[in-house]
Amino acid sequence: MAVDEGLQSELQKSGVYLTTWDKLVNWGRGNSIWPLQFGLACCAIEMIATAASRYDIARFGSEIFRASPRQADLMIVAGTVTKKMTPQVVRLYNQMAEPKYVISMGACATSGGPFHTGYNVLKGIDRYIPVDIYIPGCPPTPQALLEGLMKLQEKISGQSFKQAMAEKKGEYAIPEFGENGLEPKYNPEVWNPNKT
Amino acid sequence: MLPAVDELKTVLEGLLPGIHLAVEAPALIVEAKDLTAVCRLLKDNERFGMDYVANLTAIDYLPDPASGGAGRIDAVYHLCSMRHKHGPVVIKVKLPRENPVVDSVTPIWRGAEFQEREAYDLYGVTFTSHPDLRRILMWDGFKGYPMRKDYVPEDQDAPV
Repeated sequence: MAVDEGLQSELQKSGVYLTTWDKLVNWGRGNSIWPLQFGLACCAIEMIATAASRYDIARFGSEIFRASPRQADLMIVAGTVTKKMTPQVVRLYNQMAEPKYVISMGACATSGGPFHTGYNVLKGIDRYIPVDIYIPGCPPTPQALLEGLMKLQEKISGQSFKQAMAEKKGEYAIPEFGENGLEPKYNPEVWNPNKT
Repeated sequence: MLPAVDELKTVLEGLLPGIHLAVEAPALIVEAKDLTAVCRLLKDNERFGMDYVANLTAIDYLPDPASGGAGRIDAVYHLCSMRHKHGPVVIKVKLPRENPVVDSVTPIWRGAEFQEREAYDLYGVTFTSHPDLRRILMWDGFKGYPMRKDYVPEDQDAPV
């Protein structure tokens, strides 16, 4: 339920502020997203630059990179996900606190990028875990990462708080090593190329 | 100064009776059975002092039906001397593609251990008397040697 803007403006003149519970909570949630502190390849260098003083991700409230998945609610998949690293990435996602979000940063994390036809690289982390925001680039600039973060904040403020808390992402199956790749090759619950 | 490669061949053949070397481009072609003796001498001889394996890898040559060639795998060694500040000396060992086996140089240069494991992992070259020969980049249980030219990667989009 939205507050009438005219009424809100009139009330503000006399020092009364009106808002909705959802708006208030999502303002707080959106401006204190704690990312998980891990990087996989060169995109991580851009992510580090984003966190440093020049681009300063603290302006958007996401400066607290947590080294433990239990304390993080955003996974920035920054870089090439090799088949060998995939089980650990999915496991970290499973261990994160709800409600949790994923940003796929760069061409590799999104589709395998320049390693698309290779033998050792996963063609996109969205085969095993749900991704909220995709950032193109190779690597994306810090500005692009900040744009992605702002898109995520928009997404969060578009949810109702009750809905966001009730919606459990849960755990996703961790793939195992097969003879020439991961088993299964993708999680059909999350991603299915053959679905019409 | 390190002597030219032709001179090196002459000197080595003189010092190691019964061993025959060939110069191909700027590389020494060594037979698989002679590799340990050649490497040991290159390292221990004061004149050469090759104390550092700068690179150790393999090259895959597919069978060529046009010339009837069976194909082969070359093990390639680049040796340098930190002491004399010279090098590299390039050594190649031609191996059969079906079963490439060569002596490990890890007992001579400890630094060759991981590079030999990599060549084993990606090209399937077996290094005998290597202290710990197992895959290094791919996981245990992986089948095939992915850097070989006839390796076909899996189709990740195939229906599960």
